[in-house]
Amino acid sequence: MKLKLPNPGLDDRIPSHEDLERMETEEAGDRPKWDNKAQYLLTCVGFCVGLGNVWRFPYLCQSHGGGAFMIPFLILLVLEGIPLLHLEFAIGQRLRKGSVGVWRAINPYLTGVGIASLLVSFLVGMYYNTIMAWIMWYLFNSFQDPLPWSQCPLNANSTGLVAECARSTTVDYFWYRETLNTSAAIDDPGSLQWWMVLALFAAWTLLYVCCIRGIETSGKAVYITSTLPYFVLTIFLIRGLTLKGSTEGIKYLFTPDVDELLNPQTWLDAGAQVFYSFSLAFGGLISFSSYNSVHNNCEQDAVLISIINGCTSVYSATVIYSIIGFRATQKFDECQGDNILHLINAFDYPETSITIDNYDQVLTSLNQTNPDIIQGLPLKTCDMQNLLSQGVEGTGLAFIVFTEAIIKMPVSPLWAVLFFIMLFCLGLSTMFGNIEGVVVPLQDLRVLPQTWPKEVFTGVTCLISFALGLIFTLRSGNYWLALFDNFAGSIPLLIIGFCEMFAVIYIYGIDRFNKDIEFMVGHKPNIFWQATWRVISPLLMIFILIFYFVTQVTKDLTYLVWDEEASFPVLEARPYPSWIYVIIFILAGIPSLAIPIFALYKFFQRKCCKDKSYKDHPVDTISAKIEMNGKAKF
Amino acid sequence: MLEKILLLLSLSFSVAEELCKPGVGEAYKVRFSIKTALGDQAYPWNKNEMFLFRAALAFAMRDYTNGEEFGVSDVHPCNETPRVSFWFVVTRPNNTELVDKGTVEMAIKKSRNRINGAFLLTDQTLEFDGIYPTLAAPVSPDTPPWLIVFGVVMGAVSVGIIALLVYPLVQRKLKKNMDADDEDSDEETGVKTAENGANDGIYNSTFSDDERFTQM
Repeated sequence: MKLKLPNPGLDDRIPSHEDLERMETEEAGDRPKWDNKAQYLLTCVGFCVGLGNVWRFPYLCQSHGGGAFMIPFLILLVLEGIPLLHLEFAIGQRLRKGSVGVWRAINPYLTGVGIASLLVSFLVGMYYNTIMAWIMWYLFNSFQDPLPWSQCPLNANSTGLVAECARSTTVDYFWYRETLNTSAAIDDPGSLQWWMVLALFAAWTLLYVCCIRGIETSGKAVYITSTLPYFVLTIFLIRGLTLKGSTEGIKYLFTPDVDELLNPQTWLDAGAQVFYSFSLAFGGLISFSSYNSVHNNCEQDAVLISIINGCTSVYSATVIYSIIGFRATQKFDECQGDNILHLINAFDYPETSITIDNYDQVLTSLNQTNPDIIQGLPLKTCDMQNLLSQGVEGTGLAFIVFTEAIIKMPVSPLWAVLFFIMLFCLGLSTMFGNIEGVVVPLQDLRVLPQTWPKEVFTGVTCLISFALGLIFTLRSGNYWLALFDNFAGSIPLLIIGFCEMFAVIYIYGIDRFNKDIEFMVGHKPNIFWQATWRVISPLLMIFILIFYFVTQVTKDLTYLVWDEEASFPVLEARPYPSWIYVIIFILAGIPSLAIPIFALYKFFQRKCCKDKSYKDHPVDTISAKIEMNGKAKF
Repeated sequence: MLEKILLLLSLSFSVAEELCKPGVGEAYKVRFSIKTALGDQAYPWNKNEMFLFRAALAFAMRDYTNGEEFGVSDVHPCNETPRVSFWFVVTRPNNTELVDKGTVEMAIKKSRNRINGAFLLTDQTLEFDGIYPTLAAPVSPDTPPWLIVFGVVMGAVSVGIIALLVYPLVQRKLKKNMDADDEDSDEETGVKTAENGANDGIYNSTFSDDERFTQM
């Protein structure tokens, strides 16, 4: 399908192959460069591998048929993830600009795609760094023994534990009350929580110090932030496998249920996970790739990073579920132990007479002889499957389930510190990409004076994001964050991703793109890339976008609240107030609409100011070729 | 004489049986979970352990009432079960008047740790039905530890920011000084032109042009 839309003036806007060769040999002083290939790969791996690999993928895997989920995941990784990644790397390396620059060079009407990337990176960066603030808060609190989330505080007159804590669990209380101090509804904002403001300040200043000069500084930081999580995951794997019950968790994770493959939701979730996991359409990857040398093998890089990302997801899922299996087994044993104790106390049997093995027999025989006493006892049903499926996604996994598992391990503070440092590094390296996706387009758009140094751009971005992010430190901040997570970082990205693919293949031209890759890498992309770029990946993107949009629009918009009066301690689903729809439109609509709005703006600008725009036709003379500083320009 | 002693003994036994009635009056139930607490090192429950319990409780009563001479014989257990749980009542020394529940409770609460220690048990494994363990207040240090870590991290970050911002300025200054030195040394080795050597020569007024502007 050799469709190519007319695109006049493309050659004037982009450097030619000869220009690229020249720029390669000359010292390009003003454009940043990677110190070595490892730095580039580590930065991209760090950007792609983030919190989603640790707390979204394991949940999807377990809820969509365990081992069977690997099939849609791997298929969509190959058909959707790798082609899009290769595309972003190649176009960045070829056009040597950030996201706004690239799309503006391809066609000025497409500037909106870059601006949409900028807006999405900004919004996602705002709430992502708040999660980092939460992680830092937990990290700061891990340097004490006993850990603060292992005990309930006493109530006002020291007669007992605080009611909210006694009715739920210590970890729930620490998360919802002492960390978030959450209110009961999103309309009830409350005041700023000073400890959260401090943590958020710490998160943004730490990010600023790492990103202060772009990849010059962040490139050094990634040596640690991208490699440390793998060490910690390995340590946790070894620790987890030596704990009782870890194999239960891993079995639960990977037990395949092939029927799930027939459920379209499984494929939708797999596609969405692949797309978001690769941090595509943020603009950061295009930017990072543009600092490479022209003849860097971007094809190899794309395949390598995709494989690393996929393997990391599976590896971290194994580690997480080994620890979850341990926690579930502990809670199961405690539950059964309690039941046995109630029976023994009620009937005054000797201590070791009832064990886990004969519990059921004894219970049934006692139920026949003394049913009234049995009714009066607070016996609970201990369900292992239920315990294994509890709250294992998102912040619930990290701050509730995992922290509970940690307090049951010996030397808890050590494991807490390791875990939260790992989460922090995972998130920080992703934030580097986000900041890159905001700062470089800002510089390209020339919104602020060009003479200002990069430090100021980064500082302004961090300051504004911090100021706006204070909304997440309110008492209702948790609900706002869930809102941002659901709407700012989902549909706009899918739209931008599809537009990127369409723009490169059909507006820039697949022929030109193939020639570029042949020039850069040495060989023309093979039939796999041609098929996926032209047909398969765009179609997949459209399917996922449409189905995602339909599911979002048709389901009732509710959010989960922590309310002491309602169905406590389980979170209750409550519908959003009506003014939230305005906010949702701002979050999801404005970045998406930036694309057509900017195209229209450029169109009207061209039409009304037609005589003003002129093209430089440089006169081809010998003197034009010689630069004043004596260097010959050939 | 022997008959009198026998009569007294049987009387005291029957008195004990009458005094200690499970679930009634001033009786308390106590429950031992020795195997749970000690596992392999659990000691078997026997009469000696029961004697120790009565002695410990007598000590607790003495300690609380500040000297009233309670003895082992003032603690009357009954209804012992294989669970290792039984009821008991406490009587005043030298008579059969029962000590009220409240006093017994306060005495036990005061000396709970000592009683637990005598049996190598804890509040959870040596339970007195109805007497809840006093909750130990969670340890809260004066400065929350997280503020200390926060301070350390912010200090390091501030030093980092200042260093990164100041470093290029310092570098530029050093470079300027180095360049200025290079230029000076170049001037010495270079050709002495009129501009540089003007101070050394004699000003020759013949060639000077008073008219600064070219005459038309």
